[in-house]
Amino acid sequence: MRFSARHLAALLGAAIVGGTLAVAIMAPLLAPHDPYAQDLMRRLVPPEWLGGTSLNPFGTDQLGRDYLSRLIFGARISMLIGILTVVTSGTIGVTLGVLGGYFGGRVDDAVMFVITARLSIPLILVALTVVALVGSSLAVVVATLGLLLWDRFAVVARTTTMQVRNLDYIAAARAAGASRTHILLREVLPNIVSHLLVVATLEMALAILLEAALSFLGLGVPPPLPSWGLMIAEGKDYMFFSPWVIMVPGVALFVLVLGINLLGDGLRGLLGAERGQ
Amino acid sequence: MRSGLSVNPGLPVNSGLPVRPVLPERPVLPERPVLEMANLRVRFGQVAAVRGVSLRIERGETHCLVGESGCGKSVTALAVMGLLARGAERRTDVLRFQDHDLSLLTERGMARLRGDRMAMIFQEPMTSLNPAYTVGSQMTEVLARHRGTARRAARVRAAELLARVGITAPELRLGQYPHQLSGGLRQRVMIAMALLCDPDLLIADEPTTALDVTVQAQILRLLQRLQRELGLALLLITHDLGIVARMAHRVSVMYAGEVVESAPVRALFAAPTHPYTRGLLDCIPVPGAARRDVPLGSIPGVVPRMVPGFAGCAFRDRCGQAMAACAEAVPLRRIADGHAYLCRLAEDWGKAA
Amino acid sequence: MLRFLLRRLALAILVCLTVLVVSFTLTRLSGDLAVAIAGPNATPEDVAIIRKNYGFDRPVVVQFTDWATRAAEGDLGRSYVYKASVADLIKERLPITLTLGLTGLLIALATAIPLGVLAALHEGSLLDRAIGLLALLGQAMPSFWLSLVLIIWFGLKLQLLPISGVDTWQGYILPGIVLAFSAIPALMRLTRAGMIDALAADYIRTARAKGLSLATIVLKHALRNAAMPVVSIAAVQLGFMLGGSIVIEQIFALHGVGYLAWESISKNDFPVVQAVVMLLAVIYIGLTLLADAMNAVLDPRLRAA
Repeated sequence: MRFSARHLAALLGAAIVGGTLAVAIMAPLLAPHDPYAQDLMRRLVPPEWLGGTSLNPFGTDQLGRDYLSRLIFGARISMLIGILTVVTSGTIGVTLGVLGGYFGGRVDDAVMFVITARLSIPLILVALTVVALVGSSLAVVVATLGLLLWDRFAVVARTTTMQVRNLDYIAAARAAGASRTHILLREVLPNIVSHLLVVATLEMALAILLEAALSFLGLGVPPPLPSWGLMIAEGKDYMFFSPWVIMVPGVALFVLVLGINLLGDGLRGLLGAERGQ
Repeated sequence: MRSGLSVNPGLPVNSGLPVRPVLPERPVLPERPVLEMANLRVRFGQVAAVRGVSLRIERGETHCLVGESGCGKSVTALAVMGLLARGAERRTDVLRFQDHDLSLLTERGMARLRGDRMAMIFQEPMTSLNPAYTVGSQMTEVLARHRGTARRAARVRAAELLARVGITAPELRLGQYPHQLSGGLRQRVMIAMALLCDPDLLIADEPTTALDVTVQAQILRLLQRLQRELGLALLLITHDLGIVARMAHRVSVMYAGEVVESAPVRALFAAPTHPYTRGLLDCIPVPGAARRDVPLGSIPGVVPRMVPGFAGCAFRDRCGQAMAACAEAVPLRRIADGHAYLCRLAEDWGKAA
Repeated sequence: MLRFLLRRLALAILVCLTVLVVSFTLTRLSGDLAVAIAGPNATPEDVAIIRKNYGFDRPVVVQFTDWATRAAEGDLGRSYVYKASVADLIKERLPITLTLGLTGLLIALATAIPLGVLAALHEGSLLDRAIGLLALLGQAMPSFWLSLVLIIWFGLKLQLLPISGVDTWQGYILPGIVLAFSAIPALMRLTRAGMIDALAADYIRTARAKGLSLATIVLKHALRNAAMPVVSIAAVQLGFMLGGSIVIEQIFALHGVGYLAWESISKNDFPVVQAVVMLLAVIYIGLTLLADAMNAVLDPRLRAA
């Protein structure tokens, strides 16, 4: 296969996601300061390239906390939310979708109904309500998003399973008397996993954006955790005089989500090329 | 008048079977040809689809382009119309339609001729009409485009054409959508649409291939009648020698992007000369003549891909008469009255006893 | 077709009922509502009085059927905070949210369709790639952050557009742009894919053989067929946009339904919250039905079937 711009984009996406993951894992080693340590004498110091000092390369926030350190620890929250949400919602969605797609009939009707019902529920509003009522914490945000973002997994798993179940070797496995569980886990799942990976990237991006939006509205991850969305919310009041307080976390969020999307787009392209052959 | 063009009324209409060519030769007209091309070449990237086709079609003449699928006959037609897909490269020494040098015309200029002076109908009547618009809308827009006809007048003209192609209740059909019509009706609509502006040249690309046999016969008869009545130059593309025998005045046999033999229809059936033409004619069962114990002829092998550097006769790998020299350039040999073929063999090969 | 629509309608009603249950259950998630309403300084007696007044002492099933029956009659209960009818509150604010949603949809369609058509016409070219990249960038843009950036740039630096409230129609422009951003990538990709399919169709070859102008071929013959899926997704996107406008209304201080919901959530005003959840869900369901109906109108093959 020819090396194309598509590969380059996917590679760039993988580099961004991998890099962020590495930063998240090694946050304590990389962060120059304690992300929670306040220094009220050094509040809203601009980043180094805007006339700040090398002591706080990305400047400080309104409480004098080192912005680079908060950004680095914020990567942990975003990646954690992204991965855990995808695992939760993926499990729910794939289970529903595979069951509906494989068994068809009444089971499929039920699955379609649940998907339709889920799609009709306003996502952000319900997430906000749940967090407001149950209390805001990282775990609640993950659980809420995980329970809400499974729809696309279910839709894609359902259609791909339908396509796969009619293939010859699945029919052969059925004829040979393989158990349903065996067929579903060993024959169906491996064949649809590539499509699910693409969905996973989309949902991960969405989960990260939603967490940021919830935290921005004050009903996501609670302070003083350095969620990027929360950093933007806290910086909002100072953005007119110190625009970098929202630019730094905003760009970080944008680049990470873009990287995940590029990766997904690349995956989709490779799958499409595979199918076209 | 063109009294010599009348068709034997007793002729059975069946396209699948060979019919003895009974059409008399076209009378020689002094006009310049409607369509004339010399050495037309079309490439798709590295692959040559048409490799030097020359044709001329006179007013009132039906010229059949015959060959297997993939031989370049449709591409030739699309090249004339300027409808080649993106990425296709067209070159030609001469490509003249009436007074227009098509090789010099811009896309805009071509669009002005298409649907007006030259029209085309296609193989797939089921998908060739836009599903989202009524027959009337799709017909009147042609008149609006080329003649600036107002809606009401355009509908009258459209209804007139529908009636002319044998559609009953044309007013009703104008208000219908393509999916409400059968394949045969849709092809009639396509023909009516092509004739709205009284074109001088009609190109029909396998117009009956997708239709039932009985409908095929009706459509062919219709085309023949319209061609005579309107004095159309008709370029008819087909793979069916029965249709050729039934319809053509002149035939060009295409193989691998070249015209390998071109002749008046009677001469071609009477004295096919190129080994490929003879092979094609051997593939047709003749009622009464075909015997159960003698297998029908077939041509073994496949058409080679025309990649750069290909030289010599493209048919040589499938030809029973091939010799070493066939790998070199092939001469174009002429027999009397416009019969020519592209082969090293003498015109009486295989017949000299 | 009628059969299909009836089936869809039945499904829609069933989904509506489910959403009714969900939105009711949602507000009971915290356990005891009376405690939440009474606040941290309330005595047990206060809580008991509240419980009695609001009817929380009745069995949950009774509370639900009571609420559902009233809701069906158009009575959505009273707001604890505003001390007013929830239906009136919503009626007053819905126009703002609907205007915002429609503005957003209009901007999204006006951007996405031309871009999608352009990309399809130049499939595989540099322009196509650039448009595809633009869609990716749009998809990655956090809407609340984009709002703030636009506020800084247009509102303060250039002083071109109002940055909060909707005293004039210009107030809808910036929030409309932000809302449109979320819908553009999907609509654009769909337009592009549909146009690529349509442009390769036989009827386009016929249109070209008829000598029609490029504009007629692209806009009348290809786009009409490519538009069918776009229209149905646009309706669904409008539903998502109305749901997502909560963030944007909050940032731009637009006092629509989203703002009301956000306020009510922060102030434990549950009748309002459950009514808004239900309203948005019903609007979404209605929009999907509308999309089906519009497809039937646009596609003559569906109309007859």
